[in-house]
Amino acid sequence: MNIHFTLNSTQVSREVPNHRLLLDLLRDDIGATGTKEGCGTGDCGACTVLLNGKPVNSCLVLSGELDGADIVTIEGLKLGPELHPIQKAFLQDGGAQCGYCTPGMLMMSKALLDENSNPTEEDIRFALSGNLCRCTGYAKIIQAVQDAATIIRSKHVP
Amino acid sequence: MKRTEPLEMYQPTSLTEASRLLKENGPGGRFLAGGTDLVIAMKEKGLVPKYVVDLKRIAGLAGIRENGDGTISLGALTTMREIEVSPLIRKKYPFLAQSAAEVGSIQIRNRATVGGNMANATPSADVAPALIALGATAKIVGASGARAVPLEGFFRGPGQTVMSSDEILTEITIPKTAAQLVGEYIKFSPREMMDLAYVGVAVAYNLSEKDKLCTGVRIVLGAVAPTPIRAKKAEAALEGQALTEALAEKAGAAAAEESKPISDVRSSADYRRAMVGAMTKRAILNAAAGPARSWVERRDRRY
Repeated sequence: MNIHFTLNSTQVSREVPNHRLLLDLLRDDIGATGTKEGCGTGDCGACTVLLNGKPVNSCLVLSGELDGADIVTIEGLKLGPELHPIQKAFLQDGGAQCGYCTPGMLMMSKALLDENSNPTEEDIRFALSGNLCRCTGYAKIIQAVQDAATIIRSKHVP
Repeated sequence: MKRTEPLEMYQPTSLTEASRLLKENGPGGRFLAGGTDLVIAMKEKGLVPKYVVDLKRIAGLAGIRENGDGTISLGALTTMREIEVSPLIRKKYPFLAQSAAEVGSIQIRNRATVGGNMANATPSADVAPALIALGATAKIVGASGARAVPLEGFFRGPGQTVMSSDEILTEITIPKTAAQLVGEYIKFSPREMMDLAYVGVAVAYNLSEKDKLCTGVRIVLGAVAPTPIRAKKAEAALEGQALTEALAEKAGAAAAEESKPISDVRSSADYRRAMVGAMTKRAILNAAAGPARSWVERRDRRY
């Protein structure tokens, strides 16, 4: 099937089999390997991308559904040459250890902060409940999202 | 994780075209809505549908509408997340929004649809008890026309519904309800998030402010029978009575007796039955206490 979609603000036109998972399309066909596969069944959130502005598990989306879609992955998070404030906050606060869950955590945090630029700890825990991290114990991830929110509120970052 | 097999996919833009595709291609096809059940079945269980009909390009199947007659339409493609955050649903039926919020993660809820969840007929589906407690109806369209089936009679067993293979679920309709309707949905599961229910309990009833009389009581149990079931003896125990904790306890005991749970890897039947009693009591009292402001407050409520 021939599909046209937007990936990180770039128009893409491709011939892809219907059954190719969005995750595999990104990683294997396009070479955007920032998005990770954890469980493959929608439990861990490592493969989270924004599909038409909303966070979804890319391991459960078929390419055949994607014609006309707008997709943002971790590769599209940074603002020009600068890291996004969420990325900076994760770096500064130690919100990443092994780093495997981090792209998913960052995309989910972006989705949360797009909707709510002043989340409580409870809001953050609720939003990130579909993103598993086996290293950090979550405390520093939550701290990083709170710090990112503070920066975003003061600087009006997109 | 295993990959899906090559797939024939159709993307009709109308119900008529979808019906024609089903007729032409015969049995063995599957509908695709959010894909959170279908794609997992293809990956984990090796399901290979003969073909897939993606319903998402059909106009008019998505979204929540308040109708002039006081009913609310949930298009079959309405996502769980849309139900969870809808200002209309949160205001009128906060327990329905809550039941949607209990499903998977936000990532899953952005994809999973109410129609897909009903059509897949998982006994532990969270929104089904809440919708049945509201007296909701399923609108179904097939080659021979449209029909409406009360959701209470829609499920036949795990994965089984009253729909035939050439029919499409198009809408869930919530009837007009009384202003004094209160309700609650409690999902009882080992973890607070990202888990399936051991027991799900939805209650809805009209509560008179003056004398706390309960009328029009509906109590629906999930995950403790092959389909969601109404606990009619528990409803009768509460009907027309003034609400007290003792009465809620009695209704809970009746619901436990009516439930038909199985023992499996998740829980024993005895434990599930005991929890039906406890959660039904709690749901009845929570409903009268009004919606919690946050999930932490909700979790910490204990009766």
